[in-house]
Amino acid sequence: MSDTGRGDLLLEVRNLQVHFYLFEGVVQAVNDVSFDVHRGRTLGIIGESGSGKSVSAQSVMGIVPSPPAKQLAGEIRLHRATPDGGIETVDLGRLDPRGQEYRDVRGGEIGMIFQEPMTSFSPLHTVGDQIGEAILLHIPDSTPQSARERTVDLLRRVGIPRPDRAVDAYPHELSGGMRQRAMIAMALSCDPALLIADEPTTALDVTIEAQILELIQELQDDLNMAIIYISHDLAVVGGVADEVMVMYLGLVMEHADAETIFDEPLHPYTRALWQSIPKIDGPLEQLVPISGNIPNPFAVHKGCPFYARCTERIQGVCDESPPPVLEPRQGHTVRCFLYADDVDLASNGAAGD
Amino acid sequence: MVAYIVRRSVMLIPILLLISLVSFAIIELPPGDWVTYQIENLRASGIELNEDEAERLVKMYGFDQPAWKRYIRWMRGILFKFNFGWSFQWGKTVNELLGERLPLTLLVSISALIVSWIIAIPIGIYSATHQYSVLDYIFTFFGFLGLTIPTFLLAMVLAWYIFKLTEFAPLGLFSIEYMDEPMSMEKFIDMLKHLVLPLIIIGLNGTGALIRVMRGNLLDELKKQYVITARAKGVNEMQLLFKYPVRMSMNPVISTIGWILPGIFSGEVLVSLVLGLQTTGPLLLRAVLAQDMFLAGSIVMILSVLTVLGTLLSDILLAALDPRIRYSAAAAR
Repeated sequence: MSDTGRGDLLLEVRNLQVHFYLFEGVVQAVNDVSFDVHRGRTLGIIGESGSGKSVSAQSVMGIVPSPPAKQLAGEIRLHRATPDGGIETVDLGRLDPRGQEYRDVRGGEIGMIFQEPMTSFSPLHTVGDQIGEAILLHIPDSTPQSARERTVDLLRRVGIPRPDRAVDAYPHELSGGMRQRAMIAMALSCDPALLIADEPTTALDVTIEAQILELIQELQDDLNMAIIYISHDLAVVGGVADEVMVMYLGLVMEHADAETIFDEPLHPYTRALWQSIPKIDGPLEQLVPISGNIPNPFAVHKGCPFYARCTERIQGVCDESPPPVLEPRQGHTVRCFLYADDVDLASNGAAGD
Repeated sequence: MVAYIVRRSVMLIPILLLISLVSFAIIELPPGDWVTYQIENLRASGIELNEDEAERLVKMYGFDQPAWKRYIRWMRGILFKFNFGWSFQWGKTVNELLGERLPLTLLVSISALIVSWIIAIPIGIYSATHQYSVLDYIFTFFGFLGLTIPTFLLAMVLAWYIFKLTEFAPLGLFSIEYMDEPMSMEKFIDMLKHLVLPLIIIGLNGTGALIRVMRGNLLDELKKQYVITARAKGVNEMQLLFKYPVRMSMNPVISTIGWILPGIFSGEVLVSLVLGLQTTGPLLLRAVLAQDMFLAGSIVMILSVLTVLGTLLSDILLAALDPRIRYSAAAAR
């Protein structure tokens, strides 16, 4: 992982471990997840449903439902800008998620866009009321009047037509795309240093998706904001992210800058994912689905959780002990035995493409 | 909003007409009428009436007319003279009888509704936000007890206990010494003392169900995305709870006002009988037994009208609280 200077580093997540204690058993939603987020850059997190990508982001926000969830280990270090121009480091994982300090960060330093624009707003309050609420909470010396003006500005900035009227609209009076724009306006209302976008375009059609993605990137350039972009859509992440993290069953499988991970994926899971999407340019090929299903989330794996579906598995190795995190190239980490020097690959004869 | 209220009020007119027809029909349904009931009574006590006398009675009260003529006469009186008819049994006008009883009935019913809201809504909110906590289980236990114990039984047992412990008989509306006194401060306080027990009993009747409704609604709302969105803004947990999910989960509670009123009325009949309260419940019971048709019909009709008005009231409240209902009402126009 490249560290491009103290001033640029905004968020460090180290060895985060979050488990859900449910009636049916324990789900290891997030296991040993570490990543950095830099100002002005975008980290893409890719994974299937249940891979722990959303829980990782929600842990940063402090909105994982607890109970049943519990953060067992790890640090979430946020480097906040102080009013006097310095940098102050807080470990969010140690704060009371309902306490004043965390609530200052939430919605102020970190904004979040959710997946479902149709249900993200309360149907009983106007859009302006709900965005203004965040402004009144986080912007010092704001009054209902100034909050309203700022809301109208924000709505104009995210491309909502006639923002002075939309501010008094109820959510059901706006279309899905407009609601997601309003949601973005809400997330950005207090100039966050970090924007977490949890599948913000999943519920939208492709045209609107393109507009929203463009908008997010424009705003990032304007505000020098860091973004964590979560999606299961590889093409979308490829388009917006500077670096990409691939997750599977709570583990980070591979992590590299976007170009490298798309051109030279190392992990068999990443490669399988890439093979399962159609390419617009290039020759028509048969798509290769990943065989099998995601294992039962309650299952505990002695070895690699991808073992059962992996085409390059090494029997007696991959199913026996958890794979190590290796760094075959500078800034490119992968959790796989295939890149370990001390595993005798020849004797198993299962390596290679 | 005004247009919505006007439209809903206009729609009431055919419903009210239908209610008056049905009320009248219900009263007409059993064989016989007030006069035959009287003649039966006289015969039972050994007095023999001759045919002429019986016919004279029938003519005098208008029972020789066909039913639809009597219905029109009754409705005419109500619509043009606000005269609900004559009570044969009491020898008074229905207006006079109801004037004495209806205010008290409304007072008891509406206060009971408020009592049950005041108890049930906070408990429902607590139970939902502290699901599966010890107190949640305790509230659930007592909620189910409240749902299942018949009110008249509770009324009898509690009245007896209170008398046993305090020598105060919580029966009737006034103590004997105030019965014939003019209204005074002491008499008013005495009345309040008598009202506490019926209010609690009638109120508690709906409380158990209301706790369950409130708890279930709020549990559903708490999982919704907009709650998480609000939390992600950094809103204080208490403010968040009351501004968003509690308000949303009030909708079904408000829409029950309409049909909770008749429930309280019918629950109130038994309690009033047991505790000797001078409300319309026991009056209706006696009127039906004696085939005192104008009185019974008027009470049935007034209670039905109140129920319809309760429904209208809850619809207007809902439209005021929820913009989506206003919106669909505007779209329907």
